Amino acid sequence: MDKTTEVKAERNLIGLTPQDYKGRPTTLCPGCGHNVVSNQIQAAVYELGILPEKVAKLSGIGCSSKSTNYFLERSFGFNSLHGRMPNLATGASFADTTVKIIGISGDGDTASIGMGHFKHVIRRNVPMVYIIENNGVYGLTKGQFSATSDLGLELKHQGKNMLPPLDLCMEALISGATFVARAFSGDTKQLRELIKAAIKHDGLAILDVISPCVTFNNKDEALQSYTWGRENMAPIQDIKFYPSSAEIIDRDMPEGVMQEVELPDGSVIMLRKIERDYDPTNKHAALDLLTESYKTHYFATGLIYIAPKSSPTVHDLFDLVDEPLNRLTLDRIRPSEEALEKINLALH
Amino acid sequence: MSNDEKQSTSVLEPIVNEFCMTICTVNGSGSATANGTLFRALFKMGIPTSGKNIFPSNIKGMATWYIIRTSAKGYTGRVPYDDIVVAMNQKTFLEDLTYLPEGGVIFYDDNIEIPEGTRSDLIFYPMPIKELTKQLNPPRNLRDFTENMVYVGIVGQVLGITKEALRYAINQYFPTKPAVAETNMKTIELGYDWAEQNLEKRDRFSVREMSPLDDCIITDGNIAGALGSLFGGMEFCSWYPITPGTSLVEAAIEYAPKLRKDPKTGKMTCAILQVEDELAAIGAAAGAGWAGLRSLTCTSGPGLSLMTETIGLAYFTEIPVVIWDVQRVGPSTGLPTRTAQGDLGFMYTLGHGDTQHIILIPGSVTECFEHGWKALNLADKYQTPIFVLSDLDLGMNQWITKKFEYPNKPINRGKIVWEEDLNKFADWGRYMDIDGDGIPYRTVMGNQNPRAPYFTRGTGHNVYGNYSEDPKDWSDLIRRIGKKFRKVVEDLPQPFFRNGPEDANIGLIAMGSTENAMIEAQDMLNAAGVKCDFMRVKSIPTSPSVREFIASHERNYVVELNRDGQLCRILKLEISEYSHKLISISEIGGLPLTAVWTRDSIVALEKERKHG
Repeated sequence: MDKTTEVKAERNLIGLTPQDYKGRPTTLCPGCGHNVVSNQIQAAVYELGILPEKVAKLSGIGCSSKSTNYFLERSFGFNSLHGRMPNLATGASFADTTVKIIGISGDGDTASIGMGHFKHVIRRNVPMVYIIENNGVYGLTKGQFSATSDLGLELKHQGKNMLPPLDLCMEALISGATFVARAFSGDTKQLRELIKAAIKHDGLAILDVISPCVTFNNKDEALQSYTWGRENMAPIQDIKFYPSSAEIIDRDMPEGVMQEVELPDGSVIMLRKIERDYDPTNKHAALDLLTESYKTHYFATGLIYIAPKSSPTVHDLFDLVDEPLNRLTLDRIRPSEEALEKINLALH
Repeated sequence: MSNDEKQSTSVLEPIVNEFCMTICTVNGSGSATANGTLFRALFKMGIPTSGKNIFPSNIKGMATWYIIRTSAKGYTGRVPYDDIVVAMNQKTFLEDLTYLPEGGVIFYDDNIEIPEGTRSDLIFYPMPIKELTKQLNPPRNLRDFTENMVYVGIVGQVLGITKEALRYAINQYFPTKPAVAETNMKTIELGYDWAEQNLEKRDRFSVREMSPLDDCIITDGNIAGALGSLFGGMEFCSWYPITPGTSLVEAAIEYAPKLRKDPKTGKMTCAILQVEDELAAIGAAAGAGWAGLRSLTCTSGPGLSLMTETIGLAYFTEIPVVIWDVQRVGPSTGLPTRTAQGDLGFMYTLGHGDTQHIILIPGSVTECFEHGWKALNLADKYQTPIFVLSDLDLGMNQWITKKFEYPNKPINRGKIVWEEDLNKFADWGRYMDIDGDGIPYRTVMGNQNPRAPYFTRGTGHNVYGNYSEDPKDWSDLIRRIGKKFRKVVEDLPQPFFRNGPEDANIGLIAMGSTENAMIEAQDMLNAAGVKCDFMRVKSIPTSPSVREFIASHERNYVVELNRDGQLCRILKLEISEYSHKLISISEIGGLPLTAVWTRDSIVALEKERKHG
């Protein structure tokens, strides 16, 4: 090992080191955008000081979904079925609501086979982070068009894509998502801040990460390539996540340029506006932005929408006990003998 | 029905507590309460009775039939003829009469126009339903309902059902609404008194009180399944509406707030969530099972087809989850409101690759309760999907059944290990067979021991859950999973046996809701000289006692409600050395089995055998 990297062990708030947040070695292609996402997830969870055991990571099938194995080895993980991650996450979320669920999906997994579940998990508002590693191509089956492939995209064995792409941020927004963001694997700083904000969001947070596939869809002119992304990415704001408002130091920005969005746990997303005056708590503005972005290939990234008020989560539909349901002692989940006798009487 | 039986009904001697009555109404007219009242009043009088609703896949306006059979001997299976018809539906009037033998009885709404060519060999009782209803002047929205209660009174009086029994039944229907109960009772009495004063009894059918059925209740298999699950500690249920599975979950929704409020905090200890389709229903249920909840979903054939993918995953990744399949007629959409036993073959190895499943097959409403809590225990213990295979007849029809018995076994969470427990293992892997019984120890989400988390994957894995394509890892894993299914047999509900005469050399085998018809068929066969014992299989994989039964009979008739004899095929597979002793008899058509058909089929086969 290179001795220069041997620095004193860095530790976070709960005394763990970055090593405690690592996953197993990746088997994705070198340079794959998804590895960037994995690294930023572990960095974000580390920096937030969340115990890895208090995170569960679930995914569907595909290159993206394999990546759940490559971060947070000390978290429960589930690499499940193609398109079905939202279903498993929904059920699992009921077992222990103190565990943060991170769902990993791809454009094939979400925009095609899992589109119905994607819309409905949003509608249910299952409190979780839902990350789509979106590269506009099926990688694991070697290079077919996906539902987010750009119209006219040409792939080696497929010819020309004749169908228009779906915009997953738009789909999320119109399904009622309370947190919608778009990021790019080529901008790790923004990505990490958005992941932190998504984790701290109290409902379902959608994060559509344009995450290039270096093997099948990385030609310079392709919308989901590194080159196109780097040249065209237009952050709508500079974003910085603060665990609490007390830690915000750079308040001396000109008024009107900064926007603070406070999250329910007291943490703050600080947004510095770039170029345009954009308010991510305004749903109409978000719809306009996404409409424009879709039409003109305007690669807007950042926090596109965050609901100004908390919405009830799926758990709020039930008046469930406070402690984790999966730890209830057996006497609390079996009704009494008298209760059964009463039923017998009523059915006589 | 044979000719002998037909003729016997024309001899004018009273027939007490032995008849079949079909009430013909239009669906959506609210006749369920009226018919249920008649049923419960008969039950109150101690008379063994069954009530079967034959209804269309429709909300309003199509014909529906409710069949009440009383039998002092306790035979409550369906019979293929009527003794009495209550005709409330003009459209089906003529057809409804075809099930009556000569001398049969018909009560009819006198507003029905009697078509030309109507049979004259029947006993007719006109009922001035509209006129009597007018006297009561019910609100428009309750008019149909009231009309139905009028026929309850008239029919009840003519048959000799007591007013007390009818009153009891009505009060049971509206336990918290005495005023509503009273209004209904008044309506019944109006019909009752009118009949008393205006109808001369001309038929032979009547009822007489028997010893009270104190140890019994009336309910359906879906309510029982829901209750069994709630007493079994179900913590999560995700589902998607489908007939005839729906009412199981709806019963759970109704009872959960009464039964599953935490005694300590008054908050709920179980959540029931309707989702977007069956893919999500089983997905969420499996996700909950994975994360350590007692979890369940309920569906019917078409839903099971959709759930196949996730069930394969749950089987392979060893997730406990319970799946109720309340069968209807398939394939495809089939007959959504009719009964069948056609899903067993599909379920047996449901999923691609090397799969195998544990199936519980309740044959009575009481067993639906029992299998409800047992299934959750088995799922946790064996870490695999557990199926409960019911059907529409059992699930949606009301049955007189034994009172529910409180579970005689504690809730079993199987080999879940928490933070401290895990420290006892020097080496632990999620899929390690530490005890040699094929069942590994498992941790669940929320366990904060750093050794607890593992990676669950639908891909090949070694004992630690790490990805592996190693042939030995794969083979070890699949064989170890297979081991669980050999061991489970002793834990499953054992068959029900009903012996015939000492020298019986023929076995009758059936499963599920056909038990009543089978018992009657067994007695009929023995009376006809075909000496037979009966066995009802309650679970798959089969236990050694099933093998012994088959072996100890010269030949065994396997009677079931599907085309190809699915149970028979499974028995031939599992007990292949005696496959030559198994003969399939199967009936399809969507209606519950009848004893007469069963007897006739077997007698014919026996004759063929003799003659060659």
